[in-house]
This record gives sequence, C-alpha cells and structure tokens, in this order.
Amino acid sequence: MTAIEEATPIQHVSPRRRLTDLVVRVLVYLAFAIAVVPLVAVLWMVISNGLARFDIEFLTHSMRNIGARDAGGGAYHAILGTLEQVALSSLISVPIGLLTAIYLVEYGRGTRLARSISFFVDVMTGVPSVVAGLFILAFWILALGMPFSGFAGALALSILMMPTVVRAAEEMLRLVPADLREAAYALGVPKWRTILKVVLPTALTGIVTGVMLAIARVAGETAPLLLTVFFTDSINEDPFNGPQMGLPLYVFDQAARPTDTAIDRAWAGALTLILIVMLLNLAARLIAWWRSPARSR
Amino acid sequence: MTAPTSTRAGGPAASRSAPGRTRGEGAFRYLATGAGILVLVIMAAIAVFLVVEAVPALRANEGDFLTEVIWDPNGSHTFGIAALAFGTVLSSLLALVMAVPVAVGVALFISHYAPRRLAAALGYVIDLLAAVPSVVYGLWGIVFLVPFITGPEGFLNEYFGWIPLFAGESVAGRSMFTASVILAVMILPIIAAISREVFLQVPKSHEEAALALGATRWEMIRMAVLPFGRPGVISAAMLGLGRAMGETIAVALILPATFGISFQILTAQGNSIAANIANGFGEATPIGRGALIASGLVLFAITMVMNMAARLVVARRKEYSGAGA
Amino acid sequence: MSKQITVSGLDAYYGSHKAIEDVSMTIEPRSVTAFIGPSGCGKSTFLRTLNRMHEVIPGARVEGKVLLDGVDLYGSGVEPVSVRRSIGMVFQRPNPFPTMSIYENVAAGLRLNRRMPRSQTDEVVEESLRGANLWNEVKDRLNKPGAGLSGGQQQRLCIARAIAVKPQVLLMDEPCSALDPISTLAIEDLITKLKQEYTIVIVTHNMQQAARISDRTAFFNLAAQGQPGKVIEMDVTTRMFTSPSEKATEDYITGRFG
Repeated sequence: MTAIEEATPIQHVSPRRRLTDLVVRVLVYLAFAIAVVPLVAVLWMVISNGLARFDIEFLTHSMRNIGARDAGGGAYHAILGTLEQVALSSLISVPIGLLTAIYLVEYGRGTRLARSISFFVDVMTGVPSVVAGLFILAFWILALGMPFSGFAGALALSILMMPTVVRAAEEMLRLVPADLREAAYALGVPKWRTILKVVLPTALTGIVTGVMLAIARVAGETAPLLLTVFFTDSINEDPFNGPQMGLPLYVFDQAARPTDTAIDRAWAGALTLILIVMLLNLAARLIAWWRSPARSR
Repeated sequence: MTAPTSTRAGGPAASRSAPGRTRGEGAFRYLATGAGILVLVIMAAIAVFLVVEAVPALRANEGDFLTEVIWDPNGSHTFGIAALAFGTVLSSLLALVMAVPVAVGVALFISHYAPRRLAAALGYVIDLLAAVPSVVYGLWGIVFLVPFITGPEGFLNEYFGWIPLFAGESVAGRSMFTASVILAVMILPIIAAISREVFLQVPKSHEEAALALGATRWEMIRMAVLPFGRPGVISAAMLGLGRAMGETIAVALILPATFGISFQILTAQGNSIAANIANGFGEATPIGRGALIASGLVLFAITMVMNMAARLVVARRKEYSGAGA
Repeated sequence: MSKQITVSGLDAYYGSHKAIEDVSMTIEPRSVTAFIGPSGCGKSTFLRTLNRMHEVIPGARVEGKVLLDGVDLYGSGVEPVSVRRSIGMVFQRPNPFPTMSIYENVAAGLRLNRRMPRSQTDEVVEESLRGANLWNEVKDRLNKPGAGLSGGQQQRLCIARAIAVKPQVLLMDEPCSALDPISTLAIEDLITKLKQEYTIVIVTHNMQQAARISDRTAFFNLAAQGQPGKVIEMDVTTRMFTSPSEKATEDYITGRFG
C-alpha cells in the first residue's frame, strides 16, 4: 500500500493543513449558528409573547385612564402617532434628499461643493439618533420655543432619513445610462426636463425601494422621539400641537414599567412595530425584485 | 475644455435662447443646489445649536466637565462626562470584540461556505434582522437576557475572576456585560452584511490563483479573500462601533444607571452617554437639559471621529485597488 | 519532474449543459501541447479539467478519466487540492495577489506546504524568478507590490509563482491574450525554455503562436452553438499546420472561420 503511494505523482495534503481547514470550517458554521440563535430567539419571543395582547382592543384603544397595574389598554394613540410622524418626516426628507442626489449626480459632479456635500452626507449617516433628537430639542423646542409635538419628532426623524434617501437615490441615478440622457438632449429637451421626464422615471423603482428601507429604519427609532414628542397616554391626532406618542416610545415606556400587564403590552407593541417595519422591508424588496427581471430583458 | 464641461454641467439648455426654458432650467438647478447646501447647513446647525444650548449649563457647572464622575446637574450643579464616556466606550468596544469575529464568520459562511441558493436566502434574512428596531432588542434584553445571563456570568466570575474584567463580589443581570451582549447582537447584522458584500467582491481570478497553487478553502480565504476584504471589514467594524456608541434605548433599559468608573463588567453598575440622556431627560431642569445636550455633543464628536476614520480606511483601499487595476 | 497525461472519454458539464464531449488524448512530457479552436469550443474548459479547476464553478462536473502517469486524478481518495499542487496553472489575465509583494507572491504556494527556513525560501524565490526570466528586472524591488509591475512582468511573476511549488505539469490558459507583442515574445521564449523541465499545455487563440512554440496541437470545435465541443484532430504541430487531415482544421487554420 505504502509502496503504491510513494510511486504516485500526487502528494497528499498534509494532515495539519487538512485539520486547519476542517477547524476553520467548523468555526465558520459555528459563528453562523451563534449569530442566528439570538436573532431568531428575539423574533420568536416577540411573536409568541406579543400575540397575547395583539387584539382589537390593543389596536383601537389608547392608554388613557389605564393605571400602571391595570390590564387592557392599547396602542392606538402610539400607532397613529408613528404613522403621522413617519409620513411627515418622509414629506420633509424625500424631496430634499432626492434633490440633493440630483444635484450630486447631474449638476455638481466633480465640483468642490458636491464633494463636501457628499462628505457630510456620509457624516450625517453616522449621526446617532439620540443626537438628532437633541438637536431638534435644542433648535426647535429650546431656541425657537416651540412645543413638544409630533412634528418636532418628524423633524428629528427626517435628519436620520435624509442621508439614507440621498445615498439610495444617488446610486440609482448613477445607474441610468448616459445614452438615455444624450438621446433626450439630442431631441432638444432641456436638461431639467430630461431629468424629470427621462432620468427619474428610469430610476424610480430603485428610489422607491431605497425610500421604503429608509422609512422602515426611522419607524423604529425611539430616542429622538423621547426628546421631541415626549409622552402621552391619550390620543392626540394633531401632530403640530402637544405631546404625541410613537410606537417605539410606547414599547420603551411599557417595558420600563414593572408589571406583567405592562410587559404584555410592550410585547404586543413590539410585535406591531416589527410587523410594520418588516412589511415595509418586504414591500421594498418585492419592488426591487419585480424590477430586476424587467431590467434584464 | 469648454465643450465637455458645457454638455456635462450646463446641458444643452444652457445654449438655448428661449427664455421660458432657461428660466425653468435655472430654477430647477437652484432648487437642487439649494437642497444640497441645506444638508451642509443642517450639519453646521447641529453643531451650533448643541453648543449654544450646552454653554449655559457648562457655565453653571461646579465640577470639571471632562473629569468629574458625578452627574447631578439638577441639584448640586455638578456634572462631568468621565463616567458616561467611559461606559459608552467600554460597552461598545466589548460589543465589537464579540460581534466582529462572529460577523466575519457569518459573512464567510454566506459568501464562501453555504450552498449558493441557501446563501442568497440567508443574506436576505440577515438584512431583515438588521432592520429590527433597537427597542425590541431592549425589550428582549430586559425580559429574557437579564435573568438568563447571570448563569454564564457566574461561570466567568468563578473560573476567570482572576481577569480584572470578570472580577467582582457578585454578578448581576443588569451589567455592562449584558449591555455589551445586546449591543453585539444589534450590530452583528450590519457588520456581517457589509463584510459579505466585500467578500463577494473579491475577484474570482485571485481566488482561482490561490486554488491553482493547491490551496485548501481556508488557505484560499486567507490568501485572497481576507487581505482583499480587510479594509471593508475594518470600516464595517467602525460603523458598527459608531452604532453601538449611539445606541440609546436598549442600553437605557438594561444598565442600572450608576455613576462610576469600573472595569468589573459583571457587577451591577454601568451607564452610557446615550442611556443617561434617555433616563435623565424626563426630570431634567433647564440646567439638566443643557448638561444632557453637552453630553450629546461629546457623543456626536466621538462618533464623527469614528465615521471619518472609517471613511479614511475605505478611501485608502480605493487607492490601493486603483493601483492594482 | 515532468509527467505524461492520458485522457480518455472525458465529458465536462456546467449544470445540465454539456460543454465538451468524449475527449481522449495523450499529452507527452517535456513538450508543449497547444489547444486551438474558435471561441466557446471548450478548450479552456478542457484545460481546467486537467487540474480539477473546472469543479470550482458551482454546478460544474466531469465524467471520464484523466491519468497522470497512471494515477486517475478523478479517482476516489484523490483530493482536488493535491491535484492542483502537482499541476500548476497560469491564467488569461495576470493575477498576482494585490496585497502581497513580489517576493510574497512567489513564496505564496511554498508557504502552504511546510515551513522552510528563510534562506531556503529566498533560494527558491530567486530560482523561480530566474526560471521565469524576471529576476534581473525585479531583484531590487522584491518587497514592492506585485501589482506595480507591467502586464507582461505580472504574467511572468504568475509563472514564477506557479513553478515555485515545482509542479509536474504547467497549464496555461491564453497567457498572452492580455499582453502587448513584446511581452508576448518574452513569454513565448520562456515557454520554450520551460519545456526542458515541464510538461506544458497551452490554450491559444493565436495560430502563429501555436505554430511557433508547440510540439503537438489539438484542434477543438463544436458542431453548432449549444452543442458540446470536441477534439477534431490532434497531431504534431508542423504536420497539422501543413497538411491537416480534416477539412474543418484546414478551414480554421487558413482563417476561413473562427
């Protein structure tokens, strides 16, 4: 047996190398297992614990007149608040973000201004959400003397949303082939109409995907709301006047209360929040997926 | 020189004389430029207003803001960032130490070990998990992790107590260790997602060069994948570190909000800048608010330095690969 | 150092697509064997089956036998890793490791197998770079990145890296297609020199190149797009280029298609 092996022209891989390869393989699989266990555990606990209070009352009632130890109550005021705040922040950040991206791609290319804007968009991406909240607190509420309100929260959220929108839109606009623009120019279409009628529609689905992912991200932010929207247990439909509630804030508030009924409400709130965020994510990905075969055709 | 600039920057409308068209072009152009400048204005405003609102509180401070450990702006007007900044940096670094090796493993699993179909699906799952709001992790932490973790903590304390980090009289669920674990779980998906992207970008030709030399899979990864991906992984780790430092709610729910500087991560102590803002904001006096804003300014500065460092690493890598191409 | 390769009845697939069909041939030691044929005829695929690089691509597989001095490369118990160690490969585009210096590039394969003292590594690196006709050009900048060299130098660096592990066979997949004529000439001179020691198999699009450097030539072709590629004819190069026995070979060589 050994004689045959000696005669063979192919040397075998040494046991040490084979062992190293195996050890690394095991470690990589293990890393994956270690990562997936807590992540899946979080989701599982949210679903299993959240279903206990995820009912009609929860979705249609506020926390008004519900004491700390009382059962019942709901998150209607928080859901309403979150939807209003996120809608307002999208209304603020999407036009600004989109226009900034258009400037960066179509007008400012290579200029000093574009480079510094691009740099600060990146810096803005890294602004901690609590700092965005503090800024609106310092600027809007303390310096300008405006009240705590859903709108103040929307302002803070739009600071977090803006850089994400800029980056997503920028990437998509860059993917639009130059030929398309030149074809429009050759027909005598002015540049701004080319951008509005040719470039933007081409990049639209990609931009929508990016915007939805950005919305999903800010919908779950708690810290900025804490500093700008404050708390309330009642329904406040007017985002421009007086404290509101937000769903993440609701979860934080209930989780910090030491009773089981409050913790149950916190789980149900977390489930609602995750459902909203995941639906936004899935919708964004469906749009992206639906677009991709069309693009390759 | 003139011809290419005019088509690129001005477009054909610039040379057209019809006044309506030029006006539309001009207006749109100013609108886009204005939006871009607004971004700069906002960034400047963040710095300016945080400073403006922090200064009165800093003036009223009886202690040294940078070195004072106590945080009592509402009562004795004595507060300092030392304990909070220490807690922020320590918990984030610990989270990074735990998250990076696992995240790199996950990224390698998806890019080079898992079967291709499975890998695409797992990539989606990781992306979705990155979107789970932090308050949900906080809730999970306080309900499940805080009671559960005293077991592993007790083990570390008993057998590795000779390491200063794991020393202490008694272990507690609400500890820096628990906060770090939560932070690690939270930043893991983002680090894994970015690392996976760079690992997938490794040119096939480099991988084949290694394999053709008779490298095993691990040797190929060590030779071609890791050196190529290293700057990407480093910048991903820095981004993760920035996120961990700014993370507020999950940490606020878990840490016991004590003030002090101690490396005993298993004991019932710990705080962070962001958690202190969330916990202290409700009862803050005007001086208290100013003090919290001052601490936010410090957090802003630290995370900005982290992000710029991450950008520098990426930029240097671009130069390197530019020379190679 | 140099071995004979015998291939019999070899089919290669990408998933369900059959890329080459029923290839049988003998590749002689200490000689240069060239594969020519139109694009997409499977000659590169076939080359990659010779050191089991083909199966790196997901879904790719092989049926048939490849014997290296009588040992079946696809036999049970033979690992692809050890096959590739014995049969080196040079690719179409020069692919030195971008993060490594010239020295480290050449030593990359050596370091996989056993730790050797620095002086011995130095020796092998010098020997390999000399073998690849590159030593004089790079001896003063061994610690500079390999990516800083010109395309032709990079390709010779890749050849040095491949011969540093002392393989039995050297496979070259269109090694000059990305190079200028002067670099091409340098590589061709090198190939002629290397065949004293190695069994060399080269895929080329350039028929003059095949005529200049190879001892034997195999012509690959496929019946139609989507059909598997086959060996139409294999013969001593001089005979192949002067009096091919197949009409298709003659048409291809005289430039009537491909």
